[in-house]
Order: sequence, then structure tokens, then C-alpha cells
Amino acid sequence: MTDTIETQVLQTASDIFGVPIQSLSLDSSPQTVEGWDSVQHLNLILALEESTGTQIDPEDIEQMKTLGDVVELIRLKKSV
Amino acid sequence: MNEPLPESGPAPLSPAHSREETDRLIAAGESTAAREALAALWRQSSGPATAGFIVSRFEKLRAQLPFTSCRVAILRSFTIEPVIPLLRATAFVGGIDLHVQLGDFDVYTQEILEGGSALYSFEPQVVILAAHTADAAPDLWENFADLSAAEVDAAVRRVGGHFQNLLNLFRTKSKAHLIIHSLQTPAIPSNGVLDAGMEMGQRQAIESINEALAKTARETNNVYVLDYNALVARHGQTQWDDRRKWLSSRMPIAAPQLIHLARQWMRFIHPITGKVAKAIAVDLDNTLWGGVVGEDGMDGIKLSADHKGGAWRDVQRVLLDLYRRGIILAICSKNNPAEAMEAIAKHPGMLLRPEHFAAVRTNWNDKATNLREIAAELNIGLDAIAFLDDNPVERDWVRRQLPEVTVIELPAEPMGFAAALRDSPVFERLSLSTEDRERGRHYAEQRQRAELQQSTGTIEDFYRSLHMKVEILPVDAPSLARAAQLTQKTNQFNLTTRRYSEEQMAELMRSPQWNLMTIRVVDRFGDNGIVGLSMMKTEAGVSEIDTFLLSCRVIGRTVETAFLSVIAETSRRAGATHLTGRFLPSPKNAPAGKFYASHGFTLKALGDPLPEAGETWTFDLRNRTIAFPVWIENVKP
Repeated sequence: MTDTIETQVLQTASDIFGVPIQSLSLDSSPQTVEGWDSVQHLNLILALEESTGTQIDPEDIEQMKTLGDVVELIRLKKSV
Repeated sequence: MNEPLPESGPAPLSPAHSREETDRLIAAGESTAAREALAALWRQSSGPATAGFIVSRFEKLRAQLPFTSCRVAILRSFTIEPVIPLLRATAFVGGIDLHVQLGDFDVYTQEILEGGSALYSFEPQVVILAAHTADAAPDLWENFADLSAAEVDAAVRRVGGHFQNLLNLFRTKSKAHLIIHSLQTPAIPSNGVLDAGMEMGQRQAIESINEALAKTARETNNVYVLDYNALVARHGQTQWDDRRKWLSSRMPIAAPQLIHLARQWMRFIHPITGKVAKAIAVDLDNTLWGGVVGEDGMDGIKLSADHKGGAWRDVQRVLLDLYRRGIILAICSKNNPAEAMEAIAKHPGMLLRPEHFAAVRTNWNDKATNLREIAAELNIGLDAIAFLDDNPVERDWVRRQLPEVTVIELPAEPMGFAAALRDSPVFERLSLSTEDRERGRHYAEQRQRAELQQSTGTIEDFYRSLHMKVEILPVDAPSLARAAQLTQKTNQFNLTTRRYSEEQMAELMRSPQWNLMTIRVVDRFGDNGIVGLSMMKTEAGVSEIDTFLLSCRVIGRTVETAFLSVIAETSRRAGATHLTGRFLPSPKNAPAGKFYASHGFTLKALGDPLPEAGETWTFDLRNRTIAFPVWIENVKP
């Protein structure tokens, strides 16, 4: 399951930010990805809520600094 | 010939597989197939995760496919950013390439007021003004229970007046179409059930502002109200409102509902950009009625007001509504013609009758061939035709063969057909003229004329049998709107395809050099209304035909000759020695290409400096006339 979530997050991020999936990793962050601004951050959250069927809390949104954080958070949500 | 069709409809691919397939098609240069794959993917999954992919791939296809581009500015009081990829993906699938500019958060008033704002320098064709009640009327939304009757009244006047001023000011600064959201009412009013019985409850107060908005919109050109409460109600207010997103990101709409807002906007953008269907071609068996008339017989098909035949009666009701809106109906089915037409003429459950259909193809040819013929018979492009068929195989076939045609996607369950048809944005219209209301009848009469032509001998006998009368009059205030509309909409029999707004035409009407005339045609089948326009400018002994156009439903009946004859006579009386005219070829006006040559004009020598590509033709008025056809009566007021 872990791999599925990771792939899903990377694929969604690639679609939302408009960059090739190969250029993204779990370390990618707003500092390393062009176009990852506050608006795209919200778009990423909404897309992930839809594709993973989870609801992400406002407090968690602030904690998500890298794609690795995002994967970690969704994995946690899914395991509950 | 009947083309072989596959046994069943295409099996849907998994989203991941669809993406790979799309990228393969784009890489292979198969752009039309790639577009179909993207449209299918979007039908299957239209959320934020797919929207980014759809938009990025359509951007790659931009150069290869014909898109209508449109600039949209969105002014808003709340967070709406996530709707933009959904809007652009929906638009791309509908053939529209949207350039979107989003105004800053809750500064719509300043943007409209300031002449040099980002709004106006963007030069939008469409502006959407989306304000939430919580922002536009916070007192009515949040503290309604604290307000006195006088305070409620003052708030209603304040907010209504504010919007009226904004819209009036906007109209002086921009010609763009403006779509304004009406204000949302709360799911549960401040005073609970009491609200409905109060003299001026919360809901009624907000609705009074909306009524004022609607009134301003009626009185202002190209301003339309989006009925926000109706949109929310359609999808359920408890599903629509998202308190959590409102408090965390000032986004009042739940993410899964954003697609519905995007689609609602498209219902306005389609008619604004002209990406609409002028006609719909429908299948018969299991689409217009339940069952197969060739097997079940006329008494065996299902068509009634109860649950057995209600699904199809509902479809007919929607089609009749479209007919009243000026959309032309046609039949495209695989049936024996006699059986099919008997059911349409005689079945007691039919709401549609033979006289509602302008073109009929009931045969065993493949449907793409029939649709091509229907388009030719109605004199409209394939891109102006929609296709309705219960059979997914036929739909897929038409999508592949004729990608220009709008294929209406239907659910498997017939009870859902009518709603799916109503849901399509290509039948939306933003205004309805008398001409529009009469259009379906005009075309059906045209079909009867064509049938008459087949039964009469020579072409001249046919012209005589039509008992045509024309009335040629200068454009005046009552005919101005129709005249401008003709320049906007006529593509085929249009020599120069120059578009004029009402304001521009009114300006020319005041000039003594210009002469603008309309032509109305009446024949034994009915009154066709105003169907043509000419605009001439006379200067230094030369009358130039700036514009000459005729609606396609009167072409080929020598009406154009009658009109030109009167134009030549009018020019001679205005003191002109020569009549000149240009033919500017467009992708659609080939039917007008031989017009001047066939009326004795001579082509001006090349080397004549032309501001636009095209041909200049001239006619010497001193020694020649253009004969008025003897079978047409020229009615003078």
C-alpha cells in the first residue's frame, strides 16, 4: 500500500504543478518546485483529498513542508 | 453502404491506462484521437486530480486542433482558485481554450471602479462577478436576528444599489459580457421556521437584492444573472457549503461541488463564444420511444405519461423545448421510413410530429453519412450539429468519424436521458428573438418546399409555385437588432463576413453616404421574416457594397437577384455610375463565391491595391440593369 500512496502523491503533484513526475521526489518542497505556491498548495490538498478519499485538517496543511510529509500524513490517515 | 460496427461500445480504460494511451496518441500526432481520449477520461473522472493532467495535455494539442479562444476575468469575494483547472479542463473538452485572469481576493469593487485596473487591461470578453452574501451583505448573513425592520430595509437598498452602480459603471468602461452570481441564502435562516412567515425574513431580504440584480441585468446590455440558489439547490446545500474550508481558507464551497460551478459558468460561455448547436439529430428506436417500431409495431412501442413510457416522453418534451428555443430538429435513424413516419404522425403519445422535423434520414446507411447529408440539407456546418442516440456504439462511431459533431452522452438508464439532454451547455441561449422562436417552423417549411420542388417540373415552375414576395426596407430602429444579429451570425451566404454591433450600425445609419437595407421574404409556406441585409456606401459616383448577406434558408430561390436588382436601382438613383463589391473568402462562405460573376459583374484588374485579401467586382450602372425576377413580387410600403 505504501508504494501506491507514494506514487499517487507524486503523480498528483506532477499534474498540479505541471512538471514531469521524474523531477519530483519525497524531498520536493515549495523551495525546489517552481509553481508550488499557496494556491497550488490548496489545489494539491483538494486533489489528494479526492483521490485518496481522506479529509486533511487545517492544522496538518501547515505541517506539510515536503512531498514526504504529505505521503506520511496520508499514510497515517489511511491506517486509522 | 452500411459500415460494419463493432459488437459493443468501447470498454472504458482505467484512468492510469487512459493517461498512457493519451500520451501515446499525442506523441504519434493523432490529435483528434487524443482529444477523444481526454474527453472520455474527463467524463469518467472530473475532479482536481485529473484536471491538471487534462489541461496540460490540451495545451500540447492547441496548435493541432481548432479551439475557440476566450478571455475570462473572474472577480470574487472568496477563495475560488481551485475551480480554475476544472473550468479550463471542462472548456477544453467543449472546444474552448480559456485564458483566465483571477482578480485579487475581495477587491472586486475597486477593480471595477478603477479605469486602469488589471481587469480592464486584461481586455476580457467575459467577466464573472462572484460575491458571497457573507462578504457582500455581512449584516444580513451573520447578524440578521439583531436587525430592526428599518435596518433590514436599509441593508437591502444599500447592497442592491451598490451592485446597480457597479454594473452601470462597468458597462461604461467595458463591452465584455458579465455574469453575476445572485446572492446565496443560508441553509437555515437566523429565525428558523419563523423566517418564512415574517414580513421581511432573512431569505426574503436576500431575494429582494437578487430581484434588484435581475432587474438591472435586464436593463443592461450583455449582463446575465447566474441563479446561485438554484445551482446550490440542484446539488444540495448541505453538500455544497463547507464550513471547514470557509474557516481555514475562505472557500465557502466544498471541493467536490466546484465542478458544478465550473459547468454552470460554461453554460453562459458556450453561447457567448458561439460554441453552440443549431440543430440536433435524433435516433428513433429506444431514444424517442421505447422499443423497436419495426419489430414491436406502432402499438407495441413505449411512449406514455406513466412509468412505462415516461422516460421517452420526457425526452420529447426536452426536444420540444429546444425547438421553441430555435434549435432545429432532425431525424437520423436506422428504420424503414414508412413505419417510422407513421408512428411519428399517428402515435397518440408523440409530442413531436412530422412538422417539427426539418430533415429526415430514416434508412440503413451509417449515421456519419446521414449526419453529413443532414448538415448539407440544413445548410449548416457539422460543428453546429448535436447527435442524440441511446446506442453507445453509434455514439462512438460518430465521435470517431465526425469529431466536429457534439455527441450527447447518455446514461444506460432511459429515465436519465431527458436530464442528460437538458444538462448539455450547447443548447443554451442568452437571448431569444422572435426569429429564434420561429426558426424550427421555418426549416420544417423549407423541407416541404424542397419536397414540392421534387414534384414540380422546371426550376422556373418551382419558383413560380412558391408565390414569393419580398419587402426591401431601410434599416430602422425596430429592425436594427435583427440587422446586427445577421452580420454576427451569417457565415455562408455572406460576401465579406464583416461583423457589426448595433452601436456601429446605428452610427452608419446616421451617415448620408451609407444606405442600409433589409429584405423580408414571404412565400406560400409562411413568413420567413427579415433574412438578408445589404450595406452600401456611395462616394464620388461609386456605390460600394460593404456587406451583402442572406440567411441560408432563402438561398437558391433568386431572392439574392431580387435584392441586388433593388440595390443597383437605389445606387443609380443616388447618382452612382458604378456599383462595386468585394468577395472576401472565409472558411465558410464558398456558397457566395460566384455571386458577382453570375450577375454580370466584371473582375477588376489585379494590381488594384486591396486592404484585405479577396476580389473586387464592378458593374457599370450607366448602360446595364439587373433584372428583377418575374416570379417574385416586390412589395412596397
